[in-house]
Amino acid sequence: MPSERNLTNHETRHSRPAQVNRLRPAAEFALLLIKQRRKRAEATGEPLLADIKSDSAFVEFERVQKSYDGENLVVKDLNLSMPKGEFLTMLGPSGSGKTTCLMMLAGFETATHGDIRLAGKSINNIPPHKRGIGMVFQNYALFPHMTVAENLSFPLEVRKMGKSDREAKVKRALDMVQMGSFAGRRPAQLSGGQQQRIALARALVFEPELVLMDEPLGALDKQLRETLQFEITNLAHDLGITVVYVTHDQTEALTMSDRVAVFDDGRIQQLAPPDQLYEAPENSFVAQFIGENNTLEGVVKEIQNGHALVQLDDGELITAKPVNVSAVGERTRVSIRPERVEYKPDRLSDQAHMLDAEVLEFIYMGDVFRTRLRVAGSDSFVMKCRNAPDQARLKPGEKLKIGWLPEDCRALDA
Amino acid sequence: MADITDQSGPMLAADGRPLKSSLNRALRRQKLRALALIAPLLIFIMVTFIAPIADMLFRSVENQIVSDTLPRTTETLADWDADSGEIPPPEVFEALYTDIFVAQERKLHTRLGSRLNYELSGVSSLFRKSGRRVDDIGEVYQDQFEDLDDFWKDSETWNALMGSDDWNAAQIQWDEGSDDPQPPFEPREEITGLLPQTAEIFQIFADFVQREDEDNLADEDPWELVYSALYTDLIQTPDLSGYGGPGSAELLVAMSAVPDFETVDHAAAFEDIDEDWHSIEVWQTIQTYSPDFTSGYFLNAVDMKKSPDGPEMRPDDEQIYIKLFIRTLIMSLAITGSCILLGYPVAWILANLPARTANLLMILVLLPFWTSLLVRTSAWKVMLQQQGVVNDTLVWLGLVADDSRLALINNQTGTIIAMTHILLPFMILPLYSVMKTIPPSYLRAAKSLGATNWTAFWRVYFPQSVPGIGAGSILVFILAIGYYITPELVGGTTGTFISNRIAYHISSSLNWGLAAALGTILLALVLGLYWAYDRIVGIDNVKLGG
Ligand SMILES: Nc1ncnc2c1ncn2[C@@H]1O[C@H](COP(=O)(O)OP(=O)(O)O)[C@@H](O)[C@H]1O
Ligand SMILES: [Mg+2]
Repeated sequence: MPSERNLTNHETRHSRPAQVNRLRPAAEFALLLIKQRRKRAEATGEPLLADIKSDSAFVEFERVQKSYDGENLVVKDLNLSMPKGEFLTMLGPSGSGKTTCLMMLAGFETATHGDIRLAGKSINNIPPHKRGIGMVFQNYALFPHMTVAENLSFPLEVRKMGKSDREAKVKRALDMVQMGSFAGRRPAQLSGGQQQRIALARALVFEPELVLMDEPLGALDKQLRETLQFEITNLAHDLGITVVYVTHDQTEALTMSDRVAVFDDGRIQQLAPPDQLYEAPENSFVAQFIGENNTLEGVVKEIQNGHALVQLDDGELITAKPVNVSAVGERTRVSIRPERVEYKPDRLSDQAHMLDAEVLEFIYMGDVFRTRLRVAGSDSFVMKCRNAPDQARLKPGEKLKIGWLPEDCRALDA
Repeated sequence: MADITDQSGPMLAADGRPLKSSLNRALRRQKLRALALIAPLLIFIMVTFIAPIADMLFRSVENQIVSDTLPRTTETLADWDADSGEIPPPEVFEALYTDIFVAQERKLHTRLGSRLNYELSGVSSLFRKSGRRVDDIGEVYQDQFEDLDDFWKDSETWNALMGSDDWNAAQIQWDEGSDDPQPPFEPREEITGLLPQTAEIFQIFADFVQREDEDNLADEDPWELVYSALYTDLIQTPDLSGYGGPGSAELLVAMSAVPDFETVDHAAAFEDIDEDWHSIEVWQTIQTYSPDFTSGYFLNAVDMKKSPDGPEMRPDDEQIYIKLFIRTLIMSLAITGSCILLGYPVAWILANLPARTANLLMILVLLPFWTSLLVRTSAWKVMLQQQGVVNDTLVWLGLVADDSRLALINNQTGTIIAMTHILLPFMILPLYSVMKTIPPSYLRAAKSLGATNWTAFWRVYFPQSVPGIGAGSILVFILAIGYYITPELVGGTTGTFISNRIAYHISSSLNWGLAAALGTILLALVLGLYWAYDRIVGIDNVKLGG
């Protein structure tokens, strides 16, 4: 009994910040965090890892391809270069080849073509156990017949470390994940969150420079997930290890990473720091996949010094920032984030383009109001406004004019 | 927790009853229904499994045949002291005469002979011989009574004397051809008082004729034994003055004549039949096996025997069972071991192949189940014999010389090879189903932590597959230890199991008691090993599947 009480205390203590923020849409919250981090970096004068353009790549994928059956390429052309100490997340829908990439890096799958380098050396022919890469599995893969301490001591034993050293390291690793009092338990006697902590400690205990995590939080509930997101990021930054993290949860990716590689269809669609990914998606897949997004379809009429004129399908002409369009006459999808849409003229600059809209639905979400509108023939256009004293609560059927800044409106591939 | 225990008294349900009894009542219906559902199986198991085992346990100690067949002898023999070095006193031989006479009439003496022959060889023929010649002993008295008066010759007069008036009337009225049953014999009360032994023997005689032979008592002359009994009664000079029924005159005449009769010395008569009757050993054996229950079969089953000084080992050349038990155990272990060695890799491959391929291979593993055991075993005979496929191949490969072909059959090698093959699926199936539940990520995790393939297997995979090995081993071992057909067919003399001996005692030597004792020991051995396994490995560690 007492141990379970411990557990509850433990977990609530850590999930408090998450609880406070529960109502805040996750993606925005992630962005907030990143901005804080950026600010901190600026204040201390340290460069933010995401901004380092690496000459000394630690992990490199070069033109890597992978096929399981000799017919379909699961990984099509992977080029990736990570500096030491970076926290990189592979984000993408299920089946997009993330795990495959991770397994190739860990050595459990061989690349059909291409080269994978670790600290400058090709590791294609190095067996997994010699790569010295820590790994956290989705189902934790804690050895059920060993206690927590034995699990942690396993990688040290196979490295022929002395008993006293082992014990010291195991203790330190357990303390690091706040699980010091669980050394004698079996994995089956631990909750999911505790197991995850142990799995993490086990992957770190032999002090690898590179740690891979494959959806490590996928099986946990939301609160615990958010707690552990914090802990994992902090640990990684404190220890200065390089992390490749796989997830299909964009919030997780945005919250935790220095850079995110968005995977789809066996390719990296975009590789960028979270804020860029959110604010400057390079193609419509990324725009759709990360955060909430409004799309309007149309045809490019004109491209001129950084501006594109797009004729929407209902005939309306709007100005957008050309990102992924090159030629006049091309079909395009225009992407606008819901929180960048305004309907009060005083909040918009002069260049803002105004469109007619009709309110279809108004949802009160506490900190924000979410309004679904009919705009330019689309019924799923969403506008988000902060809950402020001067903010009106719109009624369905109401007609209004909405608008946005041209630079917030990105013309992407169709 | 504190708030619950603080409440005074037991918890109450809404209707004020204690919660516990309320719950019990609710559960009782469910339990009854569950019981009704399993009842047919339960009854089936009781009848076909529990009952035979109980019967076997009983047979292994049951020994009523001696006291049932020789009731008087065993009773009088109880006081005899075997250590005195003297043969039993004359009463015992008299009792023996009576018992053997009755037994041979009922044809039970040979069965007893076979039973005692297990303990002392030669007893069987002794009883058979005695059964044939026991009639002669009584004839001495019969002749003398019949010479005295024709009254003693005739079954009608005997019946009139020995039977009550009512019964005599009924017996005369009874029509043998009709469907009515023969009126059961009733003794005449006065005679029962005056001639107790004669009455007792006549009653046995009458019962035997009427019930077992189903003959008409009026047509059957009394046994010689009846005359002996009459002599014994009359020599005591009972007071016949009060008796006035049929044959009272003849009885008086006979009583005055018997002191001059030629008498029979039963002890001498039996010695005359076979001098073994004057062997202390024979009497010792009868005395030792007089009680209704005996440990004799069990002693026999562990190569011991009863002796006046308590149990002792049999001579070396008669010891077979302990060796056989040990051989059975060792060979079963060897079979289990080779099943593990051969089955583990197969199960591993099955568990790690894609489902389609694995299913195909699984069918191959199961294929032997669909073939008759006899066919498979016979196939091994063909394969393993000196001119068989295996030897031919070895010779062709030049591994063995043509004149020194390997003896692979009719010995332990043959039994181990054939039984390993037959029992292999029982090892593979539990191993497979356990291995199937071990996710491949464990091995990957171990390797990512720096373990070589071998370390990862030995420290991570293998321990988790141990429950499968445990389940498979228990299954194979227990099946092997009681296996019969295969060792019988390919085992020759050195490769047979204890079960073959049990089968021999059941169907050939008909010593069911010994067979039951051997079976009981085998059962105890298996249960004991199971217990030890539970102690050492833990039965919770046995998994037949996920
Ligand atoms: N061992 C395998 N054999 C054959 N196909 C596989 C194997 N593992 C993954 N795949 C296929 O490769 C694709 C990518 O899988 P995966 O890398 O697991 O994606 P993700 O981790 O992004 O969900 C999927 O279509 C999956 O079916
Ligand atoms: Mg995956």
